[in-house]
Amino acid sequence: MFPWHTCQFMDKSRNQSGRRKLGLIVNPIAGIGGRVGLKGSDGAEIQKKALQLGALPQSLTRTVQALERVASVKEDLEIVTYPSEMGEDAAKECGFDHIVVGSIRKGKTTAEDTKNAAKEMLRLSVDLLLFAGGDGTARDIYNAIGEKMPVLGIPAGVKIHSAAFAISPRSAGDLVVLFLQGRCGIREAEVMDIDEEALRRGIVSAKLYGYLRIPFEKRLIQGLKTPSSGGEKEAMEAIACEVVDGMKDDYLYIVGPGTTTRAITSKLGLNKTLVGVDVVSKGKLAGTDVNEAQLLKLLEKRKAKIIITPIGGQGYIFGRGNQQISPEVIKKVGRDNIMVVAAPEKINSLRGRPFLVDTGDRAVDRMLSGYIRVVTGYNEHVIYKISC
Amino acid sequence: MKRYTGGKPKLRRFHQARWDEPIIFELSSEGERGVLLPDVEDEIKSEVGDVVSTIPESMRRKQPPRLPELSQPRVLRHYIRLSQETLGTDLNIDVGQGTCTMKYSPKINEQLARMPQMTEIHPLQDEETVQGILEVMYKFEQILKEISGLDQFSFQPAAGSQAIYANASIIRAYHEARGEADQRDEIITTIFSHPSDAACAKTAGFKVITLYPDEDGYPDLEALKAAVSERTAGLMITNPEDTGIFNPKIEEFVKVVHEAGGLCSYDQANANGILGITRAGEAGFDLCHFNLHKTFSSPHGCGGPAVGAIGVTKELAKFLPVPVIEFDGSKYHLDYGRPESIGKVRAFCGVAPVVLKSYAWAMSHGAEGLKEVAEIAVLNNNYLLNKLLEIRGVSAPYAKGKRRIEQVRYSLEKLTRDTGVHSEEIGLRAADFGVHYWTSHHPWVVPEPCTLEPTESYSKADLDEYVEIIRQVSDEAYTNPELVKTAPHNSTIHKIDTAPLDDPSQWAMTWRAYRKKVRKERE
Repeated sequence: MFPWHTCQFMDKSRNQSGRRKLGLIVNPIAGIGGRVGLKGSDGAEIQKKALQLGALPQSLTRTVQALERVASVKEDLEIVTYPSEMGEDAAKECGFDHIVVGSIRKGKTTAEDTKNAAKEMLRLSVDLLLFAGGDGTARDIYNAIGEKMPVLGIPAGVKIHSAAFAISPRSAGDLVVLFLQGRCGIREAEVMDIDEEALRRGIVSAKLYGYLRIPFEKRLIQGLKTPSSGGEKEAMEAIACEVVDGMKDDYLYIVGPGTTTRAITSKLGLNKTLVGVDVVSKGKLAGTDVNEAQLLKLLEKRKAKIIITPIGGQGYIFGRGNQQISPEVIKKVGRDNIMVVAAPEKINSLRGRPFLVDTGDRAVDRMLSGYIRVVTGYNEHVIYKISC
Repeated sequence: MKRYTGGKPKLRRFHQARWDEPIIFELSSEGERGVLLPDVEDEIKSEVGDVVSTIPESMRRKQPPRLPELSQPRVLRHYIRLSQETLGTDLNIDVGQGTCTMKYSPKINEQLARMPQMTEIHPLQDEETVQGILEVMYKFEQILKEISGLDQFSFQPAAGSQAIYANASIIRAYHEARGEADQRDEIITTIFSHPSDAACAKTAGFKVITLYPDEDGYPDLEALKAAVSERTAGLMITNPEDTGIFNPKIEEFVKVVHEAGGLCSYDQANANGILGITRAGEAGFDLCHFNLHKTFSSPHGCGGPAVGAIGVTKELAKFLPVPVIEFDGSKYHLDYGRPESIGKVRAFCGVAPVVLKSYAWAMSHGAEGLKEVAEIAVLNNNYLLNKLLEIRGVSAPYAKGKRRIEQVRYSLEKLTRDTGVHSEEIGLRAADFGVHYWTSHHPWVVPEPCTLEPTESYSKADLDEYVEIIRQVSDEAYTNPELVKTAPHNSTIHKIDTAPLDDPSQWAMTWRAYRKKVRKERE
């Protein structure tokens, strides 16, 4: 039925039983805080409260929705999963052949179980780890296995700020199929989380924790014949060349977090702090993982430019994951010295929505609003709108 | 045959030949020949002498070329089979190749171009002896001047992108002449202009600044104002854009760029919806180009010969490529004496048979007829738009509720979300009904895109049939997605594994390069 699919299937690393292995971890309590208005499900107290409020976990239903889309390649697949509500139930419900590993205390699973499960999947070298949860779950997975194997999130939690999730459970399923057929690229996706405690007090404080390696469907934004998309990586390389070519010795460069900005420091042969803000001067690091106070101190004597990249899919350029670059810092540097860098794919992923700023200072947000030039490649710029 | 049953357009039962045909190099068998040439007679041999010795030693082949070796019938069979596996414009209701302006090109124009009076002349002949084709070219230039409102044309560029490249070069020459070329190194375009506007400007050495649409989906005037500066060399945009949306603020765009000191170049490669209705000249543009193989029916497709005719204002005429055709009242001649010309972007003065066919096509319509072409093309497109929007899962993003000019970039995102079937899979299934369907240029800004352009050539019944096919495939996607995902079933169009396209180490542009790579892999 799928002549060309099948042949790709054949030559990619089948395991000993001749089938591909899909890891599956379900965070059974993900999402229960959402419908009862609790802004998240992290912490035992909140989970108890949510259950008292009559909350129903979303993750099983959502996992099943995703797995139904994988049914077309059922025969070629074996699921490796954790007991009962952590994946076994979903695999069973969808009729997949599965192996259950590990053990849990039924009804009382914790973040530790997620981490252990992820480590176990890594040990068993599954082809792809599919997990259902929210930002908290993504963080647990990241803490357990980092970028050691490709993973993909089924959005089931209350908070989905991380880019490691598919846009819907069904598209997660579709991506799994494409990945197993070798028709996907792999990209680094941000793991973000918002401090739920602070959020309940009305403070949005997002932090970038790191990156997970996820499959992505190129055709969503690129289609059949794009010969560029070994890809986003090449775009980043081109952006790095453009930025490095234009660097001047009399400026400090405040480099925000992100894979695109990291490509720039890599071009200079520098080691960038993965999730922090670094400062570059005359091609050398003048500060790593700096905070606001350090930045302000550096700015006392030198003029500077800020190099930042929007968070994929959301478009925040200030106020999410780079709060070190505070309103004070931004004012000091000045709007004209802000350089936004983003691969065209990233801009297209915003679907026409503007870049967003949320620095915590309304006046600065307003000053930032309007149009800005974005470096999208070598000798390629885009004019894009910022809203607050 | 009745095309409707009970008011419903009838679907055609289509089945295409499918040959397991290798490429011609693989069909080669050593020693096989199509033609056996007789030995040269002794008398001729002695008269002419050793012809090979006149070729310098360093230019002589050491070995014969490695051409495929086949008999005549095998060559014929090979190409007949390939022809049966195509879905050409003469075979299908070709509204599915948006931006390509696939119209019916009358066969009589083809016959004109194949007359010996055309095929037996050569551009290196003395101009005295080719007055006829020079007259045709000169006269067609007068028509394009009238259509565009600009002052002089060149037919030298042999493609739309070459025309854009030539226009970008003229923009640079203009700034060079004013001593501002170093400073003015930025060309502004829009994301829904044809991608060649950005690509060719960049090839010509410019930085490219791209504008995204405003909230309503129109080119964003405020973004343009933020983009222009003393570095602006020019604006190169398509209008209507590839979405089929006409920029209503086009005059203001031109004004903003002119005020910043830049020139404005109008990509009218596809002018099918605006012939006789709006002109580059009135909108204030300094340059424009028309693809004769699109709007002017020469025809388009198959990578065959084409012409991207470029037009400029009087002020810029001195920069046009050489030669240009001049008429002194009695004779036509080729003018090379233009010191400020950008030079040549291609040999000679244009693909003459293409100009001849376009001239014949334009003359057969007359001025009123050309306007009618545009009116019918726009009417057809808006009819198709309304019909397609009735189909489940189809939308037309941007400028909601507004009419489009000659084409529309649709989105099947909803259908994909609902069914898991992707736009290109819809296209593969549409081929089972014998019609073409195209997605979009890259990158895909509109998700799950589909770009359709019905031109003036198709009747209401043709359009109804096409719509019915898309409706049928959409229904199938909702009720039996596997059928669509495994298409084609009746057509030869292939599902292609696109992964290697992302991997330069697997690319081979020629047979020789392919062999080299295969050999390397084996070693």
